[in-house]
Amino acid sequence: MAETTTLDRPAPPASSGPALLSVRDLQAWYGESHILHGMNFEVRTGEVVTLLGRNGAGKTTTLKSVMGIIGKRTGAINFDGHDISRAASDKIAKRGIAFCPEERGIFASLDVRENLMLPPQVRPGGLSLEQIFELFPNLRERLKSQGTKLSGGEQQMLAIARILRTGARFLMLDEPTEGLAPVIIQQIGHTIARLKKEGFTILLVEQNFRFAATVADRYYVVEHGKIIDGFANAELEANMDKLHTYLGV
Amino acid sequence: MSINIQALLAQLLVGLINGSFYALLSLGLAVIFGMLNIINFAHGALYMMGAFCAYFLLNLFGIGYWWALILAPLIVGAFGMLMERTLLQWLSGLDHLYGLLLTFGVALIIQGLFQNYFGSSGLPYAIPDELKGGMNLGFMFLPIYRGWVVAFSLVICLLTWYLIERTRLGANLRAATENPTLVRAFGINVPRMITLTYGLGVGLAALAGVLSAPINQVRPLMGADLIIVVFAVVVIGGMGSIMGSIITGFTLGVIEGLTKYFYPEASNTVVFVLMVLVLLVKPSGLTGRAS
Repeated sequence: MAETTTLDRPAPPASSGPALLSVRDLQAWYGESHILHGMNFEVRTGEVVTLLGRNGAGKTTTLKSVMGIIGKRTGAINFDGHDISRAASDKIAKRGIAFCPEERGIFASLDVRENLMLPPQVRPGGLSLEQIFELFPNLRERLKSQGTKLSGGEQQMLAIARILRTGARFLMLDEPTEGLAPVIIQQIGHTIARLKKEGFTILLVEQNFRFAATVADRYYVVEHGKIIDGFANAELEANMDKLHTYLGV
Repeated sequence: MSINIQALLAQLLVGLINGSFYALLSLGLAVIFGMLNIINFAHGALYMMGAFCAYFLLNLFGIGYWWALILAPLIVGAFGMLMERTLLQWLSGLDHLYGLLLTFGVALIIQGLFQNYFGSSGLPYAIPDELKGGMNLGFMFLPIYRGWVVAFSLVICLLTWYLIERTRLGANLRAATENPTLVRAFGINVPRMITLTYGLGVGLAALAGVLSAPINQVRPLMGADLIIVVFAVVVIGGMGSIMGSIITGFTLGVIEGLTKYFYPEASNTVVFVLMVLVLLVKPSGLTGRAS
């Protein structure tokens, strides 16, 4: 792969493998508003990479652009050797990318089982229902409940669980801990760690970098629709002051 | 006043038959509205096309009623899917008004073309031999074809309900009605699902058209007359629920039938009076979700 020497891609590689997802000069628009102004980053197989940044920086838009569910996008998005920057979202999903949206997207007119079974299998080797119930025992008890009758934590678990069935090995999780109780956040943290151990590649969007620090290999900082910094987890402490400035916390 | 049971039951049966058509048509409208967000004003014209399709199959190809029950929904459904691909798909994301105007225009064109070639009077379509005659139930005389229409419509309505509410395919459809973007991002081909859904709704209308052909004759404006009442039924029932449109369809048919017996002068307006009352009390319809 040709190395481009853009200044806004300073993150050191966590491993030397080729990028599973590689994004170059990604620009995206919501209607008239220009949200992403040339994002450059990459995610390698087996990594957990976290996008940090303030509200409105463009983190969610980045995930949606990769998934192909944004109004207009330009630039190169390469996944697993294929250019997906012009593909429709159903084709992108079939390449093995699964998306868990910030609002969780649990369907009110479907019960828990139907929600769980909704995403079709795109690859062999997805988790079986038994394996999913082992990760999220609560769901087994609630299979007949209406999807939106679950608690916020259970809905988040359902939203993650249903994309594990599909066989996709690249997961994009948008703020999976938002608005949840600490004990649930911990459970989601364990789940992500376990998925990582099993070889899943994860692109995470988080506001809560204390949570991210427990699972991430690398970080990118997003501001005004661009990557402005990046570092590995080992360098988190050294970058704390900078990070506080970036995030305004 | 003394009640003439024979006449009352006869009107009830007429009500049930009309109710069957209301249910089949409002069911299709509800499915289409849920998925395409389009108020399908062409529904009456497509219902009429179903009846004409049966007429052509018989008179041009000698294909009878039973095959027409299968073929007409498929042929008219395919026409509907073509219409969705060429016209309706471009309206996604726009205000309801555009879909309403476009489908209304399409209905006028279709009806105009049929009127041009076939005039306004009805063409006859015979009841199939197997369903001719009647049964004396002791308390009333039941023409077999009418009983068949009610029973068959009910079965089709319940099958459609089962398909949508109880199967995997139906779950995809319900989910895509709620959030098509996310469903597509899971790898489901939503545009194809939308086309098939429109085809399903149109197919139900065409099926109602075939069922109605032996009862009401085949006329270019048969749908235009019916669809206004069906829209009132849909407003009363609300667009939200499949079972709601089925129950409302049959119930309003029966209420209309009863009105024909007790106060015939109001039989043409009772549905609209009920619509006004329901709108006053519950603007989203009896089973509708407030939006």
